[in-house]
Amino acid sequence: MSRLAAKFAELKASGRKALIPFITAGDPHPEFTVPLLHDMVAAGADIIELGVPFSDPMADGPVIQRASERALAHHVGLRKVLSMAMEFRKTDQSTPLVLMGYLNPIEIMGYQDFANAVARAEVDGVLTVDLPPEEAEDCVRLLREREIDQIFLLAPNTTAERIQKMHEVGSGYLYYVSLKGVTGAGHLDTADVEDKLKLIRANTDLPVGVGFGVKDAETAKVIADIADGVVVGSALISKIEANPDDPDQAKREIIALLKSMRVAIDH
Amino acid sequence: MTDKYPRGQKYDMPDTRGHFGPYGGIFVAETLMPAITELNEAYQRYIDDPEFIAELDADLRDYVGRPSPLYHAKRWSEHLGGAQVYLKREDLNHTGAHKVNNTVGQALLAKRMGKTRIIAETGAGQHGVATATVAARLGLECVVYMGAVDVARQALNVYRMKLLGAKVVPVESGSKTLKDALNEALRDWVTNIDNTFYIIGTVAGPHPYPAMVRDFQAVIGREAKRQCLDQAGRLPDALVACVGGGSNAIGLFYPFIDETDVAMYGVEAAGDGIATGRHSAPLCAGRPGVLHGNRTYLMADDDGEIIETHSISAGLDYPGVGPEHAWLKDTGRANYVNITDDEALEGFHALTRMEGIIPALESSHALAYTMKLAPTMRKDQIIITNLSGRGDKDMHTIMQREGISL
Repeated sequence: MSRLAAKFAELKASGRKALIPFITAGDPHPEFTVPLLHDMVAAGADIIELGVPFSDPMADGPVIQRASERALAHHVGLRKVLSMAMEFRKTDQSTPLVLMGYLNPIEIMGYQDFANAVARAEVDGVLTVDLPPEEAEDCVRLLREREIDQIFLLAPNTTAERIQKMHEVGSGYLYYVSLKGVTGAGHLDTADVEDKLKLIRANTDLPVGVGFGVKDAETAKVIADIADGVVVGSALISKIEANPDDPDQAKREIIALLKSMRVAIDH
Repeated sequence: MTDKYPRGQKYDMPDTRGHFGPYGGIFVAETLMPAITELNEAYQRYIDDPEFIAELDADLRDYVGRPSPLYHAKRWSEHLGGAQVYLKREDLNHTGAHKVNNTVGQALLAKRMGKTRIIAETGAGQHGVATATVAARLGLECVVYMGAVDVARQALNVYRMKLLGAKVVPVESGSKTLKDALNEALRDWVTNIDNTFYIIGTVAGPHPYPAMVRDFQAVIGREAKRQCLDQAGRLPDALVACVGGGSNAIGLFYPFIDETDVAMYGVEAAGDGIATGRHSAPLCAGRPGVLHGNRTYLMADDDGEIIETHSISAGLDYPGVGPEHAWLKDTGRANYVNITDDEALEGFHALTRMEGIIPALESSHALAYTMKLAPTMRKDQIIITNLSGRGDKDMHTIMQREGISL
């Protein structure tokens, strides 16, 4: 069983929901990332999505775009992110780690080399924003041979037919993007999410994480009540942006927010 | 279907999912998939619909001013001392470039799909102007995304778009140029999918854009073929066109792909020279990757990050290229060459002085290559060079470059 499947099974057995923070690797500087990953686990993160900086993050809003730009200023690209993942794994053998990013870095590395590299780094899942299931066959096969999950996004306007396709091709979990638009945008409509989750669950038994619009403990709780996992990204990265000269303060605020979410979710 | 949209030729790329061999495809976030599907259905339905085609043809004739002339540049040909050079005069279209062929077509599609809001990206501003123009004519809301760097260097076109009623949004992210404008337009589209039509200006983006923009631009090649037969009694020996994203080139090339005796030359921007790394020539010096929804040749570093490009011509300043060009390169059907900023300026001056036609800097790359190619050919041979746009917009750039003040 993959680390992700094991984690969701364990959570289910104890009646809990996954707290899944997203941060961009290398933001605001490369040395910040691995210690932050460990601290987030200590604060209650069940799974971590680690963003691979990309020069052209088409599906991201301004907060995550700027995180990518800060990381790229330190030349943090896919190869560096893989080495961070490897370092994290040295002292944490249990927390699933998912790389989230865009396809071009993987294309340039080559699918085979990429699959080998993520296996070597003991990364558990890969979420490639601009790789829909129709184009994902080669990549998924290489990852699956190495027991690495390919995670797909679902959108509010995704049809039942496409959900079934994600179910066939994807594994680990599905990530439901609960808003139309880019990351960090707008407000959450719980009733909409609930309706959509019904459609999703009718077409797949994969766990569903919900993200986009999770800003605080309250929204995290609302989502946790209806989904299998809560993804929080822009709200965390905003803390880095709000403290440009004091990364330690940013980290304290990130950890405090995650802890408050953990408490709310488990309550 | 009439022979006007000759997709019945032997060459039948792309496949139903937009693949040109390994290139093209649909590489977008899930949030965009429904919009892409809706657009593809509309495009497939209307591109063969006689009523749609009739309306498009009428617009191209009465509003754009087509057919554009095929002009035998006799004096310049004589001077070059080789092949006879014919210029396809896309510079004489309404708004001054080939871009309008495509915006007229996509705007008609938008209208049929019931979309009330048009968005576009633009580099030099030609596509933005052509989009704002058709939006004004159809009374549609129009938002144009333009890199902040380009807004500063193309002030005249920004003003034209504003006059036409478009909102121009300067894009401050990334390198603040065309690729970032495209990113921002995609973000807008994801957010406003219900009422918004995204008019992409080149043969890039996810399927169906590369095929759709090609089909709208192929009027260039269809006319050129007929005009060449009328004027010279035979087909040309070579076609030359500049390639940024590659829409004017594919428009000229496409109807000739099955005519294997016709050589094709796509001219990329070598900027300061390929060896300096400061260029915009992904086909000549890049590698395959995925950007903006399709697989194609790109300028990317070893981490897959997109490299900043350079060209004196803002319209060629793009790190990718249409996937069909990638395919034509790999199959050897078309040749891709490059021309530096300095050489392009020579082409610019040559045509201006020899023929009294002031070309756009983009088209000047094609002219500069024509100057190299023509002397290597016989006098009874024919080159058709696509004069994709007029040079008025570039006066400021050229004056600055050459240290001229009035």
